[in-house]
Amino acid sequence: MADITAAAPRRRARRLNLRLWLPLLWLGTVALAALFAPLVAPHDPLMQDLMLERLPPSFMAGSEPGYWLGTDSLGRDVLSRMIHGARIALFVSVIAAATTCLFGSALGLVAGFFGGWWDRVISRLVDIWMAFPPVLFAVLLVAVMGTGLTSVIAAIALIDWTRFARVIRAETMVQARMDYVDSARIGGARRLATLISEILPNVLPSIIALLMLEMGIAVIVEAILSFVNLSISSDDPTWGSMIAEGRNAIHFAWWVLLFPLIALFLTVLSFSTLGEGLKQRFDPVLQ
Amino acid sequence: MTLQTLTQTPEAPEAGAARSLFTVRDLRLSFPDLARKPLLGPAPRTEVLKGLSFDIPAGQITGIVGESGSGKSTAGRVLVRLLGPDSGSVLYDGQDIGHLDEAALRPLRRDLQMIFQDPMSSLNPRHKVWRIIAQPLKRYGLGGTKADAIAALGKVGLPPAFAERYPHELSGGQRQRVGIARAIALKPRFILADEIVSGLDVSSQAQVLLLLKQLAREMGLTIAFISHDLSVIRHLCDRVIVLNRGEIVEQGPVAQVFRAPVSEVTRTLLAAIPLPELDAGWLD
Repeated sequence: MADITAAAPRRRARRLNLRLWLPLLWLGTVALAALFAPLVAPHDPLMQDLMLERLPPSFMAGSEPGYWLGTDSLGRDVLSRMIHGARIALFVSVIAAATTCLFGSALGLVAGFFGGWWDRVISRLVDIWMAFPPVLFAVLLVAVMGTGLTSVIAAIALIDWTRFARVIRAETMVQARMDYVDSARIGGARRLATLISEILPNVLPSIIALLMLEMGIAVIVEAILSFVNLSISSDDPTWGSMIAEGRNAIHFAWWVLLFPLIALFLTVLSFSTLGEGLKQRFDPVLQ
Repeated sequence: MTLQTLTQTPEAPEAGAARSLFTVRDLRLSFPDLARKPLLGPAPRTEVLKGLSFDIPAGQITGIVGESGSGKSTAGRVLVRLLGPDSGSVLYDGQDIGHLDEAALRPLRRDLQMIFQDPMSSLNPRHKVWRIIAQPLKRYGLGGTKADAIAALGKVGLPPAFAERYPHELSGGQRQRVGIARAIALKPRFILADEIVSGLDVSSQAQVLLLLKQLAREMGLTIAFISHDLSVIRHLCDRVIVLNRGEIVEQGPVAQVFRAPVSEVTRTLLAAIPLPELDAGWLD
């Protein structure tokens, strides 16, 4: 028999994956700030001081020490409000995206693998669901359920599960045609076991990429709902409500609008880039 | 060892009295032809298998040969019940398995294994080699530890280190060996080998065929070997069934079919075997 040596397989040399580490760096910072907000924030985010209203950021003339990113029209510290706002942004994005992902992916896997009536019912449901205008749907839901974090999370999950269902259904259908599914059947696997232990690991990278994307979307939706004052009570600082307030004062205090906007932008961008980065990192075939 | 040893193995004794593991009678199968589906109503069906009747004798290697589209893979997939027939009977060991449902088939599947044409897509890219081999063993309560997988790898000539590899880290020939290891680990009675060497280079082909032949003899396996290449069939098989457009045009012992082919299709396939034509200056 020909000699088969067990030489270690060639692996691509690990380069520092910026798509993975840069988003992780930013999201890690935001997460730490959110977790330890009361310790990290230099000021009480709700404390108003009309003597300190519209202070510019520390790098501009007329700033006050200790107020690094300036203050808003009521004299509240912008940095402290942003740090406390990160709590709500991250909480909503994690819980809402996870709920959406679980619900949508499960339906997509079932529709794509079992086909037949399962597929027909789930696909029609997705079609009907997607015919509703999403923003109107969200506003309506929050209006009916009342404002609050639960309503925001429910609104995101109820609107966006279709994204997961459609993509995961298509991906599952591709995987279900592969020979390894037949060979699991030959090996005596039950249908549900095949779906979970054979197909799911192959669909997982897509699920994770979508999950990250959805976390970014959840941050945006929460900001939009705060912007139109449909998220949580206006006392609690959120990035969306900060942007809404900053909009009124944009001509004399642009920083109130700009800094939360940058945080929002970087967070959403990080989530979607992280999805790609994770896919590259954990796909044994791509490595 | 090379192909030479394969060709020199003596022809198996013509076993007229060999017991049939499979007895297939008037097997018919059709697929809906969606390309010609009318706007309303069901799609017309294309007949893929048009009444096949054949036996697969126990303990022998039966070749199923034909051009692409002749229905040879479809017929094979009915034997291991990845497909169900429209009509006709598929007797396995005296039991008609043609119309059993999946739950009733599951205990039988241990004995009806298959090696696939494309080892890349038939090995789950996200599972390690040992898990691919051990999982069916675990399902049938035959162990399923890493050691069992390594033992199976040893039988197909792969060192234990391969257990921790992923399929994409193997070469084509090594992947196909893993496919064989997975099938034989269950100690089945029957293996369907569906074009298992068509994706391999010539030297890997010879090694994989030799291995299959050895294992078949050691384990007393019955094998249905699907191929479009008659030269491979000649080296490996005891009997051969020639298919053309869903019908059997010829069947019998390999020696007889090769010596005196009766059908035009067989003659065409025989003529398609490439022979080395060497003359002086062929390299110029």
